[in-house]
Amino acid sequence: MSADWPFGNPVLTASGCGGTGRDLAAYGDLSELGGFVTRSVTLQPRPGGAEPRIVESPSGLVNAIGLQNPGVTAFVREELPPLVELGATVVVSIAGHSLGEYAELSRTLGRTDGVAALEVNLSVPDPVGSGLFDAREPFQAASVVGSCRRDLRAGVLLLVKLRSDVVRVVETAKAAVEAGADAVVVGNALPAALPDGRPGGLSGPAIRPQALRCVAEVARALPDTAVIGCGGIMDADDARAHLDAGARAVQVGTALFHDPTSAFRIARELAPEPDPLPGEDDA
Amino acid sequence: MTGPVHVTAEVLATKTLGAYRHLSLVAPGVGERSRPGSFLAVSVDDGHLGRRAFWIHRVAPMGGHRAVVEIVVEERGPGTRALAALPVGARVDVTGPLGRPFALPRDPARCLLVGEGYAAAALTSLAERLRERGCGVRLVLGGTDDAHLLEPLAARRSVGQVEVAAGDVTAAVLRALPEVDVVYVAAPTATLRFVAGAVAGSETSCQVALERPLTCATGLCQGCPVPVLDDAGDPHVVRACVDGPVFRCGLVDWEALG
Repeated sequence: MSADWPFGNPVLTASGCGGTGRDLAAYGDLSELGGFVTRSVTLQPRPGGAEPRIVESPSGLVNAIGLQNPGVTAFVREELPPLVELGATVVVSIAGHSLGEYAELSRTLGRTDGVAALEVNLSVPDPVGSGLFDAREPFQAASVVGSCRRDLRAGVLLLVKLRSDVVRVVETAKAAVEAGADAVVVGNALPAALPDGRPGGLSGPAIRPQALRCVAEVARALPDTAVIGCGGIMDADDARAHLDAGARAVQVGTALFHDPTSAFRIARELAPEPDPLPGEDDA
Repeated sequence: MTGPVHVTAEVLATKTLGAYRHLSLVAPGVGERSRPGSFLAVSVDDGHLGRRAFWIHRVAPMGGHRAVVEIVVEERGPGTRALAALPVGARVDVTGPLGRPFALPRDPARCLLVGEGYAAAALTSLAERLRERGCGVRLVLGGTDDAHLLEPLAARRSVGQVEVAAGDVTAAVLRALPEVDVVYVAAPTATLRFVAGAVAGSETSCQVALERPLTCATGLCQGCPVPVLDDAGDPHVVRACVDGPVFRCGLVDWEALG
């Protein structure tokens, strides 16, 4: 691995589920999370998609946010400093329209203080409609990872977020790791449609068993690679199921929309019982 | 004390108000922090992941509790139906108070409040605060029919001048506008849009409580975009839940708003 594992505990937020971070900090101390993953940042600002952007589905949400973000320059200037100040271990999620954009994003963010890791978002539910580089084939995923790796400063962890598509996830994970990814995040919103037919992504407990299956398969196939599980984790038991399946950490996403304290609570519940201090064991 | 809290609330009392259900909630910390225009978000259950958002109607002492929060529920789907059916003693998770509240005038001013449907709940504590500050308050209270007028009798007791306009508030608003300095509107988007157009270009200041479909209601999901125009006329997209729900009506890009 080219960088040390920067996460102090196994509970991270999932990309796009913690606002700018300041919003989430109203409900807990960001330094008590393993890491805060930002919404996906692109080179240029994106205004996001039309309404409705999110609709409920049984035990799930279908979203089509359209990767709204202020672009990398404004992100570094306005959104990153408060995150660092709040004590977050910051993972910046990135999405690019081309290999060149991925390289530029990695270069820019890699040399920016306060960025602990990059998470390459290769699992946008509608990459083509979003105008993003289409990385559905493992070789395409590998070329994105390679572009990011080449220009990334040493010491910044490179994560790759993959779709929990059980048919492709293992070979995609292998390709990403061979191309230089330090760890894989398994599970994002799954391709779905909003009731009006527009493409969206399904998240929440509805996809939990499916995400868990993919985490288990990747962990088994790549025993030397750190896997971060993501998909419908609502409580500490769900998180433990991912860890038991071989994940080194988890990401909590949709649960935060239902309860903004959920990630903090899961992190507390997973924390090992502190050893009694010397002299206190007779209490 | 600032900022929202996420707590388990207990239903202390329920009643029917016309077409609406009225819930009194013991939600420690929510009422104490609430200001006129604040709202709260309720979790229904794990099968319904989105929050249900409600204007904080009143905050009052009740049953030995210092700051019981009252909300008005209109049944619109399975989530609100479940909440409307909650019995006394039931527990629900709530987050609040949320959002940017109404700004109050620095000096006593002549104020017009326009409330339509259950959204009129957002104006109840505002009317009280304005009167405490020596403002003249008149209220146009609307609703699709009599059952959808929120507490017209209580409004008559607490506000100096009330005009009840079931069906259509526009004529009553136009009559009142020339005689006021400040307008506050809590109503469906069509009425907000109408009032914004009616005050455009005038000296009258106007704030609208925008009601958009919310998912998280806490600024996390980016699901409630509001198109705005900054002072230079440049377009931006902000979030209804944390950058609003109260906006100066001149800030909102009404043409781009769906």
